[in-house]
Amino acid sequence: MATETAKCCDVPMTDLKTTALHEMHVALDAKMVPFAGYDMPVQYPMGVLQEHLHTREKAGLFDVSHMGQVFIMADDKSFATAAKALEKLVPADIQSLEPGQQRYSQFLNEEGGILDDLMISRLAMPGYEHALYLVVNAGCKAEDYAHLEAHLPDGVRMMVKDDTLSLIALQGPIAVEVLRQFNPAVADLVFMTHTDLELKGPLDTPIWAHVSRSGYTGEDGYEISVKHDDVVRLTKALLAHVDVEMIGLGARDSLRLEAGLCLYGHDIDTTVSPIEAGLFWSIQKHRRSEDAGYFGAKRVASDLADKSTKRLVGIKPEGRAPAREHTEVQDMAGNTIGVVTSGGFGPTAGGPVAMGYVARKFTKAGTPVQLIVRGKARPATIVKLPFAPHNYYRGA
Amino acid sequence: MSTYFTEDHEWIRVDGDTGTVGISAYAAKALGDVVFVELPDVGTEFDKGDEAAVVESVKAASEVYTPVGGEVIEVNDALEDAPETVNASPDGEGWFLKLKIADSDELSSLMDEAKYKAYCADL
Repeated sequence: MATETAKCCDVPMTDLKTTALHEMHVALDAKMVPFAGYDMPVQYPMGVLQEHLHTREKAGLFDVSHMGQVFIMADDKSFATAAKALEKLVPADIQSLEPGQQRYSQFLNEEGGILDDLMISRLAMPGYEHALYLVVNAGCKAEDYAHLEAHLPDGVRMMVKDDTLSLIALQGPIAVEVLRQFNPAVADLVFMTHTDLELKGPLDTPIWAHVSRSGYTGEDGYEISVKHDDVVRLTKALLAHVDVEMIGLGARDSLRLEAGLCLYGHDIDTTVSPIEAGLFWSIQKHRRSEDAGYFGAKRVASDLADKSTKRLVGIKPEGRAPAREHTEVQDMAGNTIGVVTSGGFGPTAGGPVAMGYVARKFTKAGTPVQLIVRGKARPATIVKLPFAPHNYYRGA
Repeated sequence: MSTYFTEDHEWIRVDGDTGTVGISAYAAKALGDVVFVELPDVGTEFDKGDEAAVVESVKAASEVYTPVGGEVIEVNDALEDAPETVNASPDGEGWFLKLKIADSDELSSLMDEAKYKAYCADL
């Protein structure tokens, strides 16, 4: 029997970086794997399947400290200056961000290809409302920082905080119940907003945290940024709750796939535009014209107008056989029409699920297609994403 | 009946010239939750080391190789609807296929249970 090991980057084992929670992962008997240059937990003894279901039913805690955290601010302390500078690099509208608001966007190259996808927040802390806070992918962060460095104008600075800040995610329907014990104010946050506050409750001494109501599972939940020095203490306190379990990268992947969320390096990369990737919704209306003024604006406008370009879709294989990444997609006549970019077993969906690119005329939900799995054509259907309904909290 | 093991963690239980093939408890645990098993057609002839089946966990697909050559005389169809049997009973009900062993001399290159245990302990 031969098992493929998920490989992300060719980094020698000895050069792997670790997060502040590394010792804890090892103590919890996690299976550690190299991921984006870090030695990360892919699963705990519970296993990917149960970790996935636990997150959807209760609450899962993820160490995502390998991700990049960076602040951008202008020397003149004007939010508009910083926002305009960032708007040159991403298609999202940044200037209209209110303090405490967060948006999803992408760094695009001049051809409109996706360099990385990221979260962008405008801080709400008094005195720092002019500052932007970005969370970027671990595998892309070195290039992202170089990209920012090269393109931010004089008078706009970036501050990389990877050497001081950890990031954990508490996801699942009872995440709010758990975290409100540390500070009831977190219950008032709605999806894609954030705040800076002290977490106390069960903690002996308070921990200052940046808490955003967002995540990468499709569930309600939080991403919590705290200092490296505080993250072990906070993680232990969260895990003390009977319904909170540590969740590895394996379940993180199956959760985001069922939620229809793109994974950089698989569903999105420099060969696709945000329009092809189905990220149209993340580009505000006035940013869709070719003269919107950011790298790749021309491609975004032309892909919107050109019906011949491919699109990312959900694909539901019939039967039980998963269709993995790189599986060929054919029409019913046997012509190649696309490729699977993420595929596996969806524990909540109770069967195989996949995402991939198909030619535009095959994107309609209900379109029958064939997936070529180990040489055999297997029937599948184009479906609307997500496979598991989003459970975001958008207000009472 | 004797059971032999490969370095790739398949086992074969030999009864006369029939060999029942599965994956070891060590392999089942390393794979994690099995969600799909693809089995060959009855009648397929394999050489020793051929890819005979595929076992998939949530994360990845893995190939199962035949420990010895032979013709497939039966497959465990129950795994189609209950792939989790591979985790629950890897060396029992979770068997994959039965072979008519072509050349029993090929068994001599495999490990017996004691050797296999020692082999896994070193991994």
